[in-house]
Amino acid sequence: MKFFLSILLTFAWFASPANAQQKPETPFNRMMKDSFRSQGIAGLDRIAQDATQRFCSNPQFAASPAGIKKAEELQKLNMATIAPPSDGQYLGDWKNGEAIAQSGRGDTWSDSASTPNGGGCYNCHQINQKEIAYGNIGPSLWNYGKNRGYSQELVSYTWNRISNSKAYNACSNMPRFAHFKILDQKQIQDVMALLLDPASPVNQ
Amino acid sequence: MSNPIVKQIKWISALTVLCWSLQVFSQSTADDIAKYREMIADGNPSELYEMAGEELWKKPAGPKNASLEKCNLGLGPGVVDGAAAQLPRYFKDTNRVQDLESRLMTCMQTLQGISSQSIIDAKFGEGPKKDMDAIVAYVVTHSKGKKVQVSTSHPQEKAMYEMGKQAFYYEAGPFDFSCASCHGSDGKRIRLQDLPNLTTRDGAIAGWGSWPAYRVSSGQFWTMQQRLNDCFRQQRFPFPIYGSDVTIALSMYMAKNANGGIIQTPGLKR
Repeated sequence: MKFFLSILLTFAWFASPANAQQKPETPFNRMMKDSFRSQGIAGLDRIAQDATQRFCSNPQFAASPAGIKKAEELQKLNMATIAPPSDGQYLGDWKNGEAIAQSGRGDTWSDSASTPNGGGCYNCHQINQKEIAYGNIGPSLWNYGKNRGYSQELVSYTWNRISNSKAYNACSNMPRFAHFKILDQKQIQDVMALLLDPASPVNQ
Repeated sequence: MSNPIVKQIKWISALTVLCWSLQVFSQSTADDIAKYREMIADGNPSELYEMAGEELWKKPAGPKNASLEKCNLGLGPGVVDGAAAQLPRYFKDTNRVQDLESRLMTCMQTLQGISSQSIIDAKFGEGPKKDMDAIVAYVVTHSKGKKVQVSTSHPQEKAMYEMGKQAFYYEAGPFDFSCASCHGSDGKRIRLQDLPNLTTRDGAIAGWGSWPAYRVSSGQFWTMQQRLNDCFRQQRFPFPIYGSDVTIALSMYMAKNANGGIIQTPGLKR
């Protein structure tokens, strides 16, 4: 009886969904596992991917009809992670926002956990026209509020977009600032003000 | 004029002028670098590394007190001319695909008895890695003006290329970045820094064909291993181990994409 039970249990273990998900290690996964070591705050856990990252690592599939359907699913998942500001305030101080937008620091192995993160916004976006050293991976944000109006709809869209850009475009190049706690709520409020405060130099 | 010290002073003063002008006219960094490249057309500061590297190549060293002159970089023992142009490649003796740095580590280990681990563990620009930088500068200077010519005919080379492509698109970490986030389309910049599109032939040769390079901003010579290391740092990934397969696979991907393009190493960078 005991013998049969153990066979039954063994069989059940092999057939269990948890085990079915354990995919055999591919040469690629082995390479990724063996090629890195942790350094400072950058641990090996950073190599592990979430569903969105896994999906976006295969641009060929992402562009297929099945991929486009999957992208919509992932966007919903990312949308569900977004929380409105806990104090109801969407706009902070645009001056702090400018400093956050300028700083590209944080989260690398040469940063410490106490280094305040920047948003790195100018790395990819034109924002205040006075700053000429801006990147162009993202669109220009000059006159962001002035051009789009200052509606509540725009304000909450912008909040969501900064919090988790992949809620709108599963493979957006923009980091998920709230989702991965790159910026805290106050910092996001300050960056919001840079874009949406009518007094911000961006809207002159 | 032929005195190396005088030459060095010339370079240092040129660099000072450049750094000053970069600060003042940051709008046209690319123009300034172009001007600077013209100014030193007959001598890149990498030349100092190259000269040191040639000496290190020829001088007996290590526990076995041997030189690297019998090192086989793929074109036969001791052949340096054009060797960097055909790397990475598969090597029968190690049964691995190797890039320049990992191959040099094999030669130092087997010919000179220098432990590869001591090189892997050293900090960039220090100790045995400093020697490696110089030897790399020497080797790549001897492929300047030649065409990139890497092969994917061996199954391991083909597999390495495919894994490099997969690594290029591998998105992870707290910023969701892959190599492709910055290097996957044309005409992109981070701040004022132009980003080559490494998925195209033109972009791949602009990138792969101009590293290793002397970096004006840090006053350092950077090998491709160090270039990739700093990419991963900014990608917010963990630390890629020196000479690890992911670095070789990405090199294979870039080099193969750049095939036929003209090599300009050692390059000169901001």
